[in-house]
Amino acid sequence: MTTRETTGAAEEQSRIAAVRLLAGNPVTVVSAVVLAMVAVVAVTAQWIVPFGINDVDVPNALRPPSGEHWFGTDELGRDVLSRVLVGVQASMRVAVVSVAFAVVVGVTIGVVAGYRGGWLDTVVMRIVDVMFAFPVLLLALAVVAILGPGITTTILAIGIVYTPIFARVARAATLSVRVEPFVQVSRTMGTGHLYMLVRHILPNITGPLIVQTSLSLAFAILSEAALSFLGLGIQPPQPSLGRMIFDSQGFVTLAWWMAVFPGAAIVVAVLAFNLFGDGLRDVLDPKQRTMIEARRRAGADIGGRRRAGADIGGRRRSG
Amino acid sequence: MAEPVLSVRDLRVRIGTREIVRGVSFDVEREKTLGIVGESGSGKSMTVLAATGLLDAPGAVVTGTSTLAGQSAPTQLVGASGRTLREVHGGRIGFVFQDPGTSLNPLLTIERQITESLEAHRKMTRRQANARALELIEAVGLPDPATRLNSYPHQLSGGQRQRVMIAIALACDPELLIADEPTTSLDVTTQSQIIELVRDLQRDFGAAVVWISHDLGVIGQVADDVTVLQDGEAVEQAPILDVFDKPQQAYTKELLESRPLIGATGPPPADADAAVLLRVEGLDVRFPVTTAVGRSTVHAVKDLSFQIRRGSTLGLVGESGSGKSTVAAALTGLVEPNSGSASLGGVDVLNVRGRAEKALRRRISLVFQDPFSSLNPRTRAGTAIAEPLQVHRLAHGKQARQKRVGELLELVGLSASFASRYPHELSGGQRQRVSIARALATEPDLLILDESTASLDVSVQSRVLDLLAQLQRELRLTYLFIGHDLAVIQRMSHDVLVMRDGQAVEYRPAHELFDNPESDYTRTLLAAVPPARPRAAISG
Repeated sequence: MTTRETTGAAEEQSRIAAVRLLAGNPVTVVSAVVLAMVAVVAVTAQWIVPFGINDVDVPNALRPPSGEHWFGTDELGRDVLSRVLVGVQASMRVAVVSVAFAVVVGVTIGVVAGYRGGWLDTVVMRIVDVMFAFPVLLLALAVVAILGPGITTTILAIGIVYTPIFARVARAATLSVRVEPFVQVSRTMGTGHLYMLVRHILPNITGPLIVQTSLSLAFAILSEAALSFLGLGIQPPQPSLGRMIFDSQGFVTLAWWMAVFPGAAIVVAVLAFNLFGDGLRDVLDPKQRTMIEARRRAGADIGGRRRAGADIGGRRRSG
Repeated sequence: MAEPVLSVRDLRVRIGTREIVRGVSFDVEREKTLGIVGESGSGKSMTVLAATGLLDAPGAVVTGTSTLAGQSAPTQLVGASGRTLREVHGGRIGFVFQDPGTSLNPLLTIERQITESLEAHRKMTRRQANARALELIEAVGLPDPATRLNSYPHQLSGGQRQRVMIAIALACDPELLIADEPTTSLDVTTQSQIIELVRDLQRDFGAAVVWISHDLGVIGQVADDVTVLQDGEAVEQAPILDVFDKPQQAYTKELLESRPLIGATGPPPADADAAVLLRVEGLDVRFPVTTAVGRSTVHAVKDLSFQIRRGSTLGLVGESGSGKSTVAAALTGLVEPNSGSASLGGVDVLNVRGRAEKALRRRISLVFQDPFSSLNPRTRAGTAIAEPLQVHRLAHGKQARQKRVGELLELVGLSASFASRYPHELSGGQRQRVSIARALATEPDLLILDESTASLDVSVQSRVLDLLAQLQRELRLTYLFIGHDLAVIQRMSHDVLVMRDGQAVEYRPAHELFDNPESDYTRTLLAAVPPARPRAAISG
């Protein structure tokens, strides 16, 4: 069998193999389950909370976790569990909307710059470089300073901060797809730019973008928590995880549960996104995948059925 | 009968429930060459890899025996320990693979890559190994060997890299050389040089050779015995002369018949009075290249002129780097020429812009060499064929488009149901048929075929060539057929233009050129095509 037979077939076969590898990694599976739970909480928070988020109950303030208040109560007697659930919802909303903003704007910039090339590419990417050079919090602070704090501002700030990352990833992937023969053939047919971008370029750059989205969601949750902790993000009385940790500072020695539970919620969500993103990257990146497979093979079952034989010639030659 | 160097008995490879290699047995003797021939997917690489313990497939189960004769005791290679195999590979068995571009480490000098196995297997000192490397580089015939040793792979041409691969394979004086499609990605002229080189070296080194190829013509030039593989089974095993003279199996006959041979009949004569469709004059293309030492220009096409009459085929032939693909790129607007003119039925091809350009693109279609990368892996065959229809608004509405896609698929010999398949679900030949259907969708005046059959198996190539000839007859198409193999060019062309270093060497009607080639270069190209008879028949 010749190399040609295998290199092309690997493309689609790789998708099937990717799903199998993903399902074969226990860490990825666990993180996917946790993510699903976080998503359910984010959607249903206001209906599943046991108490109202702003129900003040001063006689029962600073109570430790109990059968009634699983996560205890804060200094005003509010139920910490309910506030954490709604806080998760707020965090997720900010993270998802801001990353969606970054994906749409960043990918558009990156794909157009990479596809068009020339001076446009140079100018746009230098602007992106400048944005990239700012520390995340500093840029967010500047946006908040101009627009004033609030949930919309938080979303906008985080979205702007993450745009350059997507622009770069999209541009790099576009540059490599742009020179593929199937794009060249399209050009010789007189195909318009829009058709080319939507049909040929975008579908072939989704791999790295999916991974970047997953990782960015994790960092967006952290950024939101940090901004809220500093009082620049979601404003009280609306609960947010960052703000809850800030409020708990004065009571750390008296009521550990006020800090630990919101903190744990942040850790769980961020870790789940990160681990899932890592798993995704491993299976979508051919180099990483070869390593995983090599590791698996070392302790592989003899009757393994992971990949079809057509693959072998290609990998040996390209490796 | 001498003791075989490698003796393989009832070799089987199973992956999951599929048996890829089904009970293959063969022997290779010292100073003899065994040719293993078969189409893509027939399991020929898999057989040899399994027999030499190099098979690296997860979950592959290898059974049978493969015995490498040795001075003291024979070594069993199937199921051998990693330690045994490491001693055997490189030390007693040398390997040459298909792609010389990726088989060498780009970060190491040629010298380092040759001395690596000498130091590992022969326990030579650095100095001894270096001296041996120089000998080897001389033996494989690289010009200026001392300088070449300090070069990196990217500084060598494809043929030179393959020579280096052979030097590495022979470094430790192995008993067995495995050559897996070593000439498939090379030009015919380079191919014939590599074939000669391996034969000479085999005589000098006395090694046994296993040569794998899909082309029985090449096997005829190298092999003493032949094993024909089909679907993992050895369907025919015989000395080379018997295979050529008395093929037993229909499959062997098909492989024999599909060889591109000089002297094959060309296409039916075209109408000599037909109007000139494409007229190119003084085409000149230069590329600026930026290297580490500064900017320079590559002069890819130099003052090239030719014309093609409607309904005929111009064969454009040359080795890689001769500028033949640049001509195609200039005519399709992929590169901008520096000077010259080209007109397609009176329309300027090189300087059109805007709406006129779009109208022109409809009239010239292009089919590339690589059937795998010239189709978008994420779109179905039907969508790919419908793209030009959509771009040029040739079929109105989804139903009309689907109907036209079905017609086009049937035109290229595929059923309409192929429209819903993704490229990975198609074989190489089927993909190339889809590419041709896509190129025909706009009913173009001129079809440019840029090495469109070069990367297909010979048997598949033969069928695609038949299809192209049939389409030309039926639709009265005009082709610019670009290739490196004069036998294929002869089969397709009415006129032939031989290119070298961007210039026209010879440009004449095909029958005149093949009957009486004028330039030495054309004669070299002709001589490089594997002849109809195997070498064994000529040397006696």
